[in-house]
Amino acid sequence: MDSLIGTLRLLAEEPSFAVAQALTGLAGASSLFLVSAGLTIVFGVTRVVNFAHGSFFMVGAYVAVSAITLVGFWPGMLVAALAVGALGVAVEVGILRRIYRAPELFQLLATFGLVLVIQDATLWLWGPEDRMGPRAPGLRGAVDVLGQPVPLYDLFLIAVGPLVLALLWLVFRRTRWGVLVRAATADREMTAALGVDQKRLFTGVFALGALLAGLGGALQVPREAANLHMDLNVIAEAFVVVVVGGMGSIVGAYLAAVLIGVVHAFGVLLFPKLTLVLVFLIMAAVLVVRPAGLLGEAPVPAGGGHGTGEPPLRPASPLLKLAGAALLVLLALLPLATEGYALVLMVDVLALALFAASLHFLMGVGGMISFGHAAYFGIGAYGAALAAKYLAAPMELALAFAPLAAAVAGLAFGWLCGRASGVYLAMLSLAFAQIAWSVAVQWLEVTGGDNGILGLWPSPWAAGPGAYYYLTLGLTTAGLLAIRWLAHTPFGQSLRAGRDSPRRAEALGMSVGARQWAAVAVAGAFAGLAGGLFAYAKGSVFPSFLAISRSVDGLVMVLLGGVQSLTGPIVGAIAYIGLADQLVRGVEYWRLVLGATIILLAVAFRGGLAGIAIRRAGAP
Amino acid sequence: MTRLEMEGVRAFYGQALALDEVSLSAGRGEVVALLGRNGAGKSTTLKAVMGLVRVGAGRIAFDGADLGALPSHRRARLGIGYVPEERRIFTDLTVAENLEVGRQPARPGAPTWTEARIWALFPPLEALRRRPGGRLSGGEQQMLAVARTLMGNPGLLLLDEPSEGIAPILVAAMADAVLALKAEGLTILLSEQNLRFAARVADRAYVLSQGRVAATGTMGALLSDQAAIGRHLSTGP
Repeated sequence: MDSLIGTLRLLAEEPSFAVAQALTGLAGASSLFLVSAGLTIVFGVTRVVNFAHGSFFMVGAYVAVSAITLVGFWPGMLVAALAVGALGVAVEVGILRRIYRAPELFQLLATFGLVLVIQDATLWLWGPEDRMGPRAPGLRGAVDVLGQPVPLYDLFLIAVGPLVLALLWLVFRRTRWGVLVRAATADREMTAALGVDQKRLFTGVFALGALLAGLGGALQVPREAANLHMDLNVIAEAFVVVVVGGMGSIVGAYLAAVLIGVVHAFGVLLFPKLTLVLVFLIMAAVLVVRPAGLLGEAPVPAGGGHGTGEPPLRPASPLLKLAGAALLVLLALLPLATEGYALVLMVDVLALALFAASLHFLMGVGGMISFGHAAYFGIGAYGAALAAKYLAAPMELALAFAPLAAAVAGLAFGWLCGRASGVYLAMLSLAFAQIAWSVAVQWLEVTGGDNGILGLWPSPWAAGPGAYYYLTLGLTTAGLLAIRWLAHTPFGQSLRAGRDSPRRAEALGMSVGARQWAAVAVAGAFAGLAGGLFAYAKGSVFPSFLAISRSVDGLVMVLLGGVQSLTGPIVGAIAYIGLADQLVRGVEYWRLVLGATIILLAVAFRGGLAGIAIRRAGAP
Repeated sequence: MTRLEMEGVRAFYGQALALDEVSLSAGRGEVVALLGRNGAGKSTTLKAVMGLVRVGAGRIAFDGADLGALPSHRRARLGIGYVPEERRIFTDLTVAENLEVGRQPARPGAPTWTEARIWALFPPLEALRRRPGGRLSGGEQQMLAVARTLMGNPGLLLLDEPSEGIAPILVAAMADAVLALKAEGLTILLSEQNLRFAARVADRAYVLSQGRVAATGTMGALLSDQAAIGRHLSTGP
C-alpha cells in the first residue's frame, strides 16, 4: 500500500515520468498489435480462432535470435517473419484446411494441439534456456523525453504499430487481394459463387496472419529474451485485445493493443503483482459498455452444440446402472487388495474424473466451450489451502470452502462474459484461467508463488491412504451422480435447449443467459471440489493446478470419453490417467505426443473416438 | 445449341428432398423462366446449377460438359453467373469494390464486361461508385447484384427473383436489362413469382411444384392455360 501511494505521488510530481511510462506502454503495444491483427484477420475470413497464434509469435522470436547471428539484425527480422509465414502456410494446408467444416470445438482443439507440438519442437530446437537477442544496430541509445531517457528502439516500435496499420489498410483497400479478403470475410459462399478460389485465399490470409505474429515476436527480441512461456502469455493478451477491439476489426485491435499496453505499463508500477488482473478488468469494463468490443459489430449468435443434431441424453439404462454399481463395489473393495501406490493413483483418477465431468457438464450439456476450466479446479484447491492456512480451517471446512470459492469465481466469470458464446467464450475462458494462474504465481505474499502452499493435512480420521481414498470415492461418486441428475432436471433440459437452439429457447421465454451463468457456477463448484480433494491428496497446492496444461487435461479426457455422453468423462479420465498419463509423461517430449494426438483426434475423428464407438453400440 | 441441361436431378437440404427428378434445358441466347409457388424448388434448381446444394442424383451439364461435383468457384470460372434472391451485396464494400470481387478474365464465346459497360446497362450505379453497398436502396442493390455477376463474363446467368421487392419503375428497367443481355447471346435462367415480368422477358418456362416439373412450354402457351396457372401458380383460393 505504501509503495502504491509512493508511486502515485511520484507520478503526480513528475509528469515526465508518467510520459516515459506511457511511451514504454506504447512500445509494448506494437508487438501485441501485430499478433492481434493477425489473429483477427485470420478469424475474420476463416472463422477459426487460432490458439497457436501465440506460438507463431514465439517461433518468430526464436528464429530471429538465430537468424540475427547469421545474417545480421534487420535481415534477421525479415527472415523470421517470412519463416513464420511459411510455417503458417504449412499449418493451413496440412491441418486447418481439413477442418474448416468441422464443429468449432474441433478447430479450437486442433490449434490447441498445435500449441503443444510447437512448444516441444521449440524446446527441442533451441533448448530450455531463455535466448536473449542483440540490440538493434543504430537504435542502441536512448533519447531525452522531458528529461527522462527513452530507449530509441522503443520509439522505433511505437512507429511500427501505426505503420503496419497503414500498410494493412492499403492492402485491404487498394489491392484486389485485399478486396477479395474483405468480401470473403462478409460472405464466403457468395464470394465463391463469384469465382473466387477460397482455398488459396485462406492460405494467403493465414500466411499473412502468421507473418505478422512472427514479425511481432522478432521485434520483441531486443526487449525481451525469447522464452518458452511467450506463446501462452501473448495469446492470452492477444485474445483480450481482439475481444476488446472487436472481432475482425484491425483498427479496433490497434486501439485495444494501445489501451492494454499503456494499462500494462502503469500497472507494472502501481500493482506489480496484479498486472494481468488489471488487463482483465479493463476488458470487463469495455465488454460491459460495448459487448461487441470497441469497433466490433454485434457477434452473430451461432447455434451452440458440436454439430448438427445433437443426440438426446438418455437416462442410464439398467445395464449401465448395473455396471456403475459393480464398478463402485470394485472400487470400494480396492483398499482390501492394496494399500500402496494404486490407491494414491486412484485418488487422482477419481478427482480428475470429477473435474472432467464438471467440464463435460459445461460443454456437453451447457454447450459452452471452456479452455480454462483448470481455473476452477485451481481456485478450489487454493480456496481450501488458503482456508486451512489463514483461517486454520480443519479439512472438512476447507473442503467445503473449495467448491464455494470456485462457484464464486464461476459467478464472476459468468457475469463478465455472460453474453459471450462459442469461440468468444473459449478465448475469454483461456484468458481468465491465465489470469488466475498469474495471480497464483505473482502474489507471493498470499499464495507463496511458485513454491505453492505446503502442509495440507487431512483430519486424523481421514489421514490414512485407505481412509482418504474412501473419502474421495464417496465425494466423487456423490458429485458424479449429482451432475448426472442435474443434466436430467428441468434445469439441465433447458440448458440443452439453449445449447441447441438459443433463439428458440429465448422465444419460449427461457432466459438462456441466466441458465448458462448458473451452469458456469455449478460446473465451477464441482471442479473446485475436485481441486480441493486433489490438494489434500497431494498435501500441497501449486500454480500448476491452474495451468493451461491442466485445462488441456480436462479437454482431452472429455474428448477421449466423447462429448455427447454423460459417462464419457469418467471413461476418459480412467483412460487418460491410466494410460496416457503414465505412458506419455514418461516420454521427454510428452507435449509433442499429446499435441499430435489431439490434432489427429480433431482432424481424423471429428466425433471423438468414443463418440464413434457409442454410435456403433447405439447406447449412451 | 444447348447451353444448360439438367437430367433427373435430385437435390437435398440435409435429409429433406428439395428437387425430385428435375429435367430442363436452356439454349444459347434463350431466356427460360422457372415458375411456381414458394417452396416449389425454383431457388433450389438455380443453386443446384451453381453447386450450392447437395445433388444426390442426376446430371447437370454446361456446354455439354458434366459439372459433376465441381465446387462453385470452378463453375463460376466456366462461365456460370449466379445472382441470389437475397442479393447478398457485400455491405462494407463500395459499389466499385463489389464489382471488383465479381471480375474474372475475359472468356471466349461470352460478352466481356467492364465498369463502363456496366454503367451503360445500369446508369444509376455510376454515381454511386464509391458508396458502400449497405447504403444502397433495394433496387440499386439488385442492379449491383446483377452487375457484379456480369463482371465475371458469364455465358449463363442464373437470376433468382430479379423483380422481387423493387419499385415498379425499376422492375421495367430490370426487364429491359434482361432483354439486352439476351440480345448479346447470354442464356438466362430465372426464377420468378411475377408472371408479368416473366411474360415480358421469357421465351419458355418450367412450372415447378413440390420439387417436380409440373408443366413446361413456351411462355405464351403456358399463360393461355388458365387451369395450369390456377393449379400451380395462383396464390388465391
